[in-house]
Amino acid sequence: MIEERRKERLDRGIKVRSEGIYAISSWEEMAYLLLPRLFLISGMLALPLVMPGLYWQRVISIVGIYSLLALGFDFLANFVGLVSLGGAFFIGTGGYIAAILNTSFGLPPVVTIPVATIVGAGTCTLLLYPCLPLRGVYFAIVTLMYPLVFARIIEALNILGGTDGIVGVASFPNRWIEQYCILITVIISLFGLRRLVNEDIGLVFRGVKDNDQAVKASALSINLYKSITVFIASALGCLGGAYLVHIYMWSGISQFALDFSIIPIAATVIGGGGTLVGPILGCFILVPISELLRAFGTLRIVFYSLILVAFIVFRSEGIVVYAQRRYHQFERWVRV
Amino acid sequence: MSSEPILQVRNLHKAFGGLQALKDVSFDVHQGEIFGIIGPNGSGKTTLINCITGFIRMDSGKVSFRGKDISRQPPHKIAAMGVTRTFQIMRPYYTLPAYKNLIVPLFSSRARKAGGWRGGGRLGARDTVSIDILEEIGFERDSLVPYKLASTLPTGYLKRLEIARCLALRPEIILCDEVFSGLSMSEIASIIPLIERLQMDGITLIMIEHRLRELFRVTKRVMVLNFGEKLLEGIPEEVMADDEVKKAYLGSEEV
Repeated sequence: MIEERRKERLDRGIKVRSEGIYAISSWEEMAYLLLPRLFLISGMLALPLVMPGLYWQRVISIVGIYSLLALGFDFLANFVGLVSLGGAFFIGTGGYIAAILNTSFGLPPVVTIPVATIVGAGTCTLLLYPCLPLRGVYFAIVTLMYPLVFARIIEALNILGGTDGIVGVASFPNRWIEQYCILITVIISLFGLRRLVNEDIGLVFRGVKDNDQAVKASALSINLYKSITVFIASALGCLGGAYLVHIYMWSGISQFALDFSIIPIAATVIGGGGTLVGPILGCFILVPISELLRAFGTLRIVFYSLILVAFIVFRSEGIVVYAQRRYHQFERWVRV
Repeated sequence: MSSEPILQVRNLHKAFGGLQALKDVSFDVHQGEIFGIIGPNGSGKTTLINCITGFIRMDSGKVSFRGKDISRQPPHKIAAMGVTRTFQIMRPYYTLPAYKNLIVPLFSSRARKAGGWRGGGRLGARDTVSIDILEEIGFERDSLVPYKLASTLPTGYLKRLEIARCLALRPEIILCDEVFSGLSMSEIASIIPLIERLQMDGITLIMIEHRLRELFRVTKRVMVLNFGEKLLEGIPEEVMADDEVKKAYLGSEEV
């Protein structure tokens, strides 16, 4: 007779103890809490130093931009319940604003990037505001439509440089500034958002996702809180877009490309949705893989798809969710 | 009760496609009373609450709160005036502990203006205020109950949590959608004094109920709905004695 057994998962004692403020009572518990965070931060800061050659250092900056998008996607999808495919929209808006400010008004990147972030986020939020009552796939479709529309308008009317784009955008003073600024931005955004979703206003955001009727009955306007979150996510995207324009020294309709909408989703699936750190890790895996696969030429997308499917089939929960479980809990087989 | 009614409903109509859910419903509710609304299943009681609180747009009619027309306002604005509601199917935030559930209503500007619970003054940490409100509504302060996940709480506590969400907004009116349903006799017995205390605090209550015996212990005035129409309004004894009411509603149920 086959003995029936099942897997039992228990929280490690150190996790239970270190959940309260008592964690500071022993260095082991402090280390338990701090090590994963320090590992992440130091790993990210070390990356530009260990990358071989200029090409791979450039990839780091691009990974950082995708990370901001993925962070925004995860925040909107898993904490507010808005599935946004607006990555391309945010990148394009932020990018064109920064390019115009730089080439037409001669402002340096240190001014154009923050301005493009705020003005771009405001523009995106304003344009998405009428669609905020939409849910699920309907909101996704609208966010997908905007970048297509903008790209076609620029092309057809031949405005903002038309298909040639805006050339001659200023670059960063040197590559170290270029890489470290974006990596530090990613780290600050990550820990800032993680804090935000556990603050009181974060509970309201999560309420909008799980139970919008109860939020309405609590005298809070759903649209107001949704637009705050869209502003946050689009600010991350616009910042990425402005950054991208200054890296490539060029702004064009390829900034409305669907890659910016799709890769963040794939990264969230691989890294683990709802963790915020997962999508960033996903970007750090996916974007370099995509670069490596360039060697396969046109077959690149085939291998890329295979890797994605493998992840979805074998680790559908996402790397970070899996890793967190192994870190916080131990498993054992028990007889049923 | 000669003063102006706190809530005035006039000629309310609502149809879902061909189904006339509410037909020409009018009634007044006065400050500080407990007003009961009864009727058989599908008679439009919950739709009536949804219309008054703005969750469903009424086809025609007028709802006034303290003389002010609120018929076309969105639900969050109506709640912000102090006209609050509970849900028949409880809607807690299941993934949060009970006391964190109240953070959302306490985040509203109405709660912010009201300040701390009973003590008045400034609204301190929302967690503290939340525990104060939960204690008021019957969550034992020194027990673990306020800290338990909402998904692990029994129905009785979830019903209380629904009322607590209203209390966090310092309500003028609470519209209770079947607070007693699904509860045992002893649980109801422990909620009734709570409702009486809310009334003593000056909160007006409108209660939809199927549990008539329990409802009649707290209310002095009830209205009967049948197929979306108001059958009659009066003191419980009168209503129970009415032949039409018996035919529509009580004939099948022993009370």
